Amino acid sequence: MRTADIFQETYIVLSTNKARSSLTVLGIVIGISSVIAMISIGQGASGQIQSSIEGLGSNLLTIIPGVIQPGRGIVSSGRGSAQTLKNEDVEILKQIEGVSFISPEVQRRFQIVSSSGNNTNSLVIGAMPEYAMVRNVLPEQGSFISDSNIRSLSRVAVLGPTVAQDIFGEEDPIGKTVRVNKINFKVIGVLQAKGSAGFFNPDDTVFVPLSVMQKILTGEDYLSTIAVNVENKDLMPQVQEEAIFALSQKHRVDPQNPDFSVVSQAEISGALTQVVDTFTIFLASIAGISLVVGGIGIMNMMLTTVTERTKEIGLRKAIGAKRRDINLQFLAEAIILTFIGGFIGILLGALIAFIMSYFEIIQTSVSIFSVFLAFGVSAVIGIVFGYYPAQKASKLNPIDALRYE
Amino acid sequence: MKGIFSLVVIKCVIEVKDVAKTYKTGDVEFQALKGASFKIEDGEFVAIMGPSGSGKSTLMHILGCLDIPTSGTYFLDGKDVSMLNDDELADIRKDKIGFVFQAFNLLPRATVIRNVMLPLVYSGAKKEERLRRAEKVLEAVGLEEEHYYHLSNQLSGGQIQRVAIARALVNNPSLILADEPTGNLDSKTGDIVLHTFKKLNKEHKRTVVLITHEQDIANYADRIIHLKDGNIISDSKHHKK
Repeated sequence: MRTADIFQETYIVLSTNKARSSLTVLGIVIGISSVIAMISIGQGASGQIQSSIEGLGSNLLTIIPGVIQPGRGIVSSGRGSAQTLKNEDVEILKQIEGVSFISPEVQRRFQIVSSSGNNTNSLVIGAMPEYAMVRNVLPEQGSFISDSNIRSLSRVAVLGPTVAQDIFGEEDPIGKTVRVNKINFKVIGVLQAKGSAGFFNPDDTVFVPLSVMQKILTGEDYLSTIAVNVENKDLMPQVQEEAIFALSQKHRVDPQNPDFSVVSQAEISGALTQVVDTFTIFLASIAGISLVVGGIGIMNMMLTTVTERTKEIGLRKAIGAKRRDINLQFLAEAIILTFIGGFIGILLGALIAFIMSYFEIIQTSVSIFSVFLAFGVSAVIGIVFGYYPAQKASKLNPIDALRYE
Repeated sequence: MKGIFSLVVIKCVIEVKDVAKTYKTGDVEFQALKGASFKIEDGEFVAIMGPSGSGKSTLMHILGCLDIPTSGTYFLDGKDVSMLNDDELADIRKDKIGFVFQAFNLLPRATVIRNVMLPLVYSGAKKEERLRRAEKVLEAVGLEEEHYYHLSNQLSGGQIQRVAIARALVNNPSLILADEPTGNLDSKTGDIVLHTFKKLNKEHKRTVVLITHEQDIANYADRIIHLKDGNIISDSKHHKK
């Protein structure tokens, strides 16, 4: 039997059973398109988080008080719960070779109120001027906190764009006053929007001078974070090690078991990417289940077809078809069904992903990998679920098959 | 269709020796055929006749290489086919045997010409060759050309059976095996079909074996092999019709 003959036979059979064929194909279309869409959403989200984290500052080491419990992850660690980092630690870190900027920070949530009465509960960060360099923030209007603000304990604030929008709406906030914890602050700048980095939204923050934060707002001289910018990527592990050693000595603790943690940016993005990847796998598995259900649909249809065409199989065998010919013919039907389903499914899945991105519901990216995966999976489904019915057909005894009514 | 009009030597198409077939269902054995021996020569028109249960269907299956005998030997065209496996039997059926069934067994959603070409799909003939041969055999069975591209369900019973005969001929087989070919036809169309066989035998020198339970139909043949209870009870030349 020639390949062209197999295709022709398959075409005739599938086109004479249009309704049944298309319903069966629909099962595969739904499966494949949801797998493609889910993987695209996952990869899109993963890419978005990665770029957002890099946007928060590159070559960044973050030192936080307390110990990160293994397994609890970085995301959920309660920052600021332990009080082991102090202003003196910054001086120690400055002496490490390869460190370019250090940004000590204190973070706490406060109610922010404007004179017009609008209010929001946002993260207030006490920061040094280095914060802008380390964390890659730029003022959209006005300026960031300066050294003189720090020295003179100026009650000035720089607003993240979300806070500025929430409190002042369309008004120009520069020069206006906001009340943080019942103390008046003059707005000197508004930052550019950066977008959410997964679990932390840098746009929903208010910056005040570190000295003001410690002396006036919290009354404590502890730090909640020290962000260290390293000259280049290759120096990161070395600087991380030296920082642990130097701070352990200062705190008089065992470097193997310090009272603080040093987290590199790669670890944060790695952890977040892992979360997103797990989520992607989870979504794709659910979509995969529908693909299996689609495959069972194929098998069901093929079994019905074999039964219906028993007489035809008998005749084909009587006029000289071998087992292999019958097997190939029925397998080809199943595979072609899944391939049609796979092809339409990929288009539909890509369309869903495109619509998601277009209407800015969620960032997506359709990768060549997922397309090949989907095609591979549909071929495998065709073979796996078409195999048994085709075997059944090819093993029919021609005498019995011819007698079948 | 080469060689149809150029017969020189009369050769043995079928030689059956002590062929027996026993069916086993669990512990129960049933001997459907108890040792049949006969020869059919090229160009003969033979009817195998017997009531149901006489073993004629079993014999037909063995002659048609759809089944193999439990014991005995069967030479088809000088080749022992009694011990072949499934695929080898399929090859023999493809090259040497043309079947005509009582139930016609045409593909319902295919045109006449595609039905006739079907055996050539398995022999791997080229497309033009398939068409040429199909048209030639359809002409030989006397089907009007206007029906070639009709679906088989648009034809009458007699026409359908002639399409089936054309399909049996298209591979240029050594043997045409017809199993109750008029069983689903009224006597008038049955007559036309039987005359088609007769014409193929007389004019085109085809070897035809007709399996039937009716004496009237068997009378169309030149020789009748009579089966009863798995034994051949008579084998006689017949010259009336």
